[in-house]
Amino acid sequence: MSPMRCVILLAGLLVSLPAAADEFTEQDLKRWEEQFQAVVKQGRELWTSGSLGTNGVACAQCHPNAANTHPETYPKFQKQLGRVANLWEMVNWCLRNPLEGEPLAADDPKMIALLSYIAWERRGVQLAPGKH
Amino acid sequence: MSRNFDRRSFLKTAGLATAAGTLPMTLVEVAFGQSSRNFTFAYISDAHIQHIKGNQFVRNWDRGLIRAVAETNLLDPRPDFVFFGGDLAQLGTKEELDHGAEILSRLRGKLYCVMGEHDYYLDLGEYWSKLFGPHYYSFDHKGVHFVVLNSILTYDDWTYNRWPTAEQRMLEMAGLDNPNGSPFMVGEKQREWLAKDLAKVRKDTPIVVLSHSPLQKIYKGWNFWTEDAEEVQALLAPFDKVTVLYGHVHQIQYNKIGNIVFTSAMATAWPWPYPQSYAQVESYLPKLTVHMNRADPFFERDATGWQFIDVYSGRVAVNYNLYNNKARRVAYNEATGQPEDTQYQSPDARIPPQTHY
Repeated sequence: MSPMRCVILLAGLLVSLPAAADEFTEQDLKRWEEQFQAVVKQGRELWTSGSLGTNGVACAQCHPNAANTHPETYPKFQKQLGRVANLWEMVNWCLRNPLEGEPLAADDPKMIALLSYIAWERRGVQLAPGKH
Repeated sequence: MSRNFDRRSFLKTAGLATAAGTLPMTLVEVAFGQSSRNFTFAYISDAHIQHIKGNQFVRNWDRGLIRAVAETNLLDPRPDFVFFGGDLAQLGTKEELDHGAEILSRLRGKLYCVMGEHDYYLDLGEYWSKLFGPHYYSFDHKGVHFVVLNSILTYDDWTYNRWPTAEQRMLEMAGLDNPNGSPFMVGEKQREWLAKDLAKVRKDTPIVVLSHSPLQKIYKGWNFWTEDAEEVQALLAPFDKVTVLYGHVHQIQYNKIGNIVFTSAMATAWPWPYPQSYAQVESYLPKLTVHMNRADPFFERDATGWQFIDVYSGRVAVNYNLYNNKARRVAYNEATGQPEDTQYQSPDARIPPQTHY
């Protein structure tokens, strides 16, 4: 392949490429926010429903507006476990104990929804990893 | 005349030694007044007995109430009576109220009950009344006038017109943070009754009011709130010594507005966050309050408990019996004219678990 032909091919490629990685529109931002808020809404529904565990107890009974969950402090040393833990592990503690249910995988869509709702209710609070 | 006693000595059997560690060890000193007029009563609140199906109930909440009843029965000298401060049930069903009444039936002595919203909004208190009597009433005991209010009423339109079924109405009010809820109130009819009731009472008679919601405005979003609080406070204002004891908040709160001392009850079921820990809103936590310890979720009964009340010289001291924490005592301080924690009131005396954020 001659050098000239190579340059032409490259130019053609550049022209036909979709938008570069850091280019997104107002519509994109709106759509992503809607995606996120839809998951937050699912999280709120799970949070207030008695269906996550087996005894009808809902997260919201002890944690109205997800208060006293302190997402900004994780990961942190969880004295009851004797090691550094993440928030999803504590969610599972609650699923197993007060809710008498089964734990969720960290990437289970329900867990992601719960964590999204928790974080949304705590928006604006400064990160404080490790804080007890 | 004064008397001192150590409640540990009142435990009747050695087999109850483990329970002794959780009972209040503070000395009660009766500083002045006629000792025959001083008395005690127990105050248990917010059991939230929750039905699953058939004969199954949420074990955790059952245990909280069973323990409060058992410990109350250990008190000796006997309290003159026991108050239950409302929210016996979670969703107001017969099953829950019957099961709760069955547990309360093991209490020794006279029981007075206060209506909570979880007892009320399924059938508007009808079945509760069959078990426990009128929704509001008053009585006199050893020179103190007791008033029990049903403070969890709300706007008629919300109660009677808004919801297609009674079950949905109950569920909407049961969610503490539910924006479809409605602010609590005592209401005009009951305020008229209260005005008449108090008209018979001398202004130097100590008044103790029990309500489920705080008769003050702390945070509307969780109904730590009574819409007509100011009107009720105005009716109580002419009296020299007024104490309001309230449930609903599942946490230690205390303050004073004018002549009225307010002190809350802990729940036997579960603790609630202080409203200030919800970062998206403003709330008005009573300034005097030294927080309860932050709950350790690994201890099922942590930050729950019940209260033992000393009434002396018409003033009230609330002893919080906390199942997994040291007992707390909030007593009226004659020197400062305020309710104060007898151990932690000074900022220097507070401990890290009392910091909530």
